Amino acid sequence: MNQHQPNQVRPDLRALFLGFSSVGLSGFGGVLPFARRMLVDQRGWMSAEEFNAQLGLCQFLPGPNVVNLAVLVGKRYRGLAGAIVAPVGLLAGPIAIVLLLAMLYDAYGSLPVAQSMLRGVAAVGAGLLFAMAWRMGMAIRDKAAFLPFAALVVFGIAWLRWPMLWVMLAGLLLSGGLAYWRLGRR
Amino acid sequence: MSLIVDLFREFAILSFVAFGGATALLPEMHRVVVENHQWLDDTTFTHLYAIAQAAPGPNVLVVTLIGWHVGGLGGALAATLAMCLPMSVLIYLLIDRWESFAGKRWQRAISIGVAPLAVGLVFSGATLISQAANLGLAAWLLLVATVLANLKTRLHPLWFIGVGALLGLLGLV
Repeated sequence: MNQHQPNQVRPDLRALFLGFSSVGLSGFGGVLPFARRMLVDQRGWMSAEEFNAQLGLCQFLPGPNVVNLAVLVGKRYRGLAGAIVAPVGLLAGPIAIVLLLAMLYDAYGSLPVAQSMLRGVAAVGAGLLFAMAWRMGMAIRDKAAFLPFAALVVFGIAWLRWPMLWVMLAGLLLSGGLAYWRLGRR
Repeated sequence: MSLIVDLFREFAILSFVAFGGATALLPEMHRVVVENHQWLDDTTFTHLYAIAQAAPGPNVLVVTLIGWHVGGLGGALAATLAMCLPMSVLIYLLIDRWESFAGKRWQRAISIGVAPLAVGLVFSGATLISQAANLGLAAWLLLVATVLANLKTRLHPLWFIGVGALLGLLGLV
């Protein structure tokens, strides 16, 4: 059991900024695993249970999960200032890098050699997305009941090109409704 | 200036449906920035996605790149801020109440219910990128190989991106 340790580290603003900077700069295609490693394993700012609970809220709400997580952790230790400093630390470095790449793209992106390189990366990127969807699907506990909703979303969004807001609202009503009903039956 | 405001507004609206993060938002982003506003074309959209994949940082950075392409530095910051700010404020205000709801039936139902929708969104994003990228046969093979290798091995995704870039450079895909 991981109890709330009385001597748990209480990071200051600088530590929050640096800690989340390291998270932002170490992950490729999703940094959540790195956030977990930093918060729980390396710096001991929260226990694994606390991390899961906070992440639950971040995944429940829309928006970039890891940014939301940074806001929560920042608020928890340093109030409003922390809630601003932590996500800024998370994003500042990666934004600088990505803007540098954007300038390179503006300057050289139209060259045939850059075009073919990006085509290769895009193919891999799409592959990584398919793999991610597969993994997320396999993590769903009751596949027979809930994966059909994933298929409905694909049908509505990718095939019919319906606006996402309505697809999500309808989907949440159906899929969340089913979950609610099944939770009550148990 | 009005372009920056448009960017901010569109991405702020998008942020409210970003269940599953920015990755799940790709189809809707495409609809808004490519189809509705025609701020960029299919090829540029896939390129910006590819660049975001090749850079370190959270997935939300594809938004920064789109903002940059549409409105320069101001556009990049406006789009990123619009994507992050509304939910950050909400979560800042909600966290204390949320913890008192922990384990409630409706809360668990929504968590369970959102998961398959996010799967569908990410899958849709993957089909969209692969269609928009206008891939040839070799690129499709690379895509399938990436899916299998990513699922079967624990190799860092950067390796796949490097291989993709290299095969592209050599003109093989």
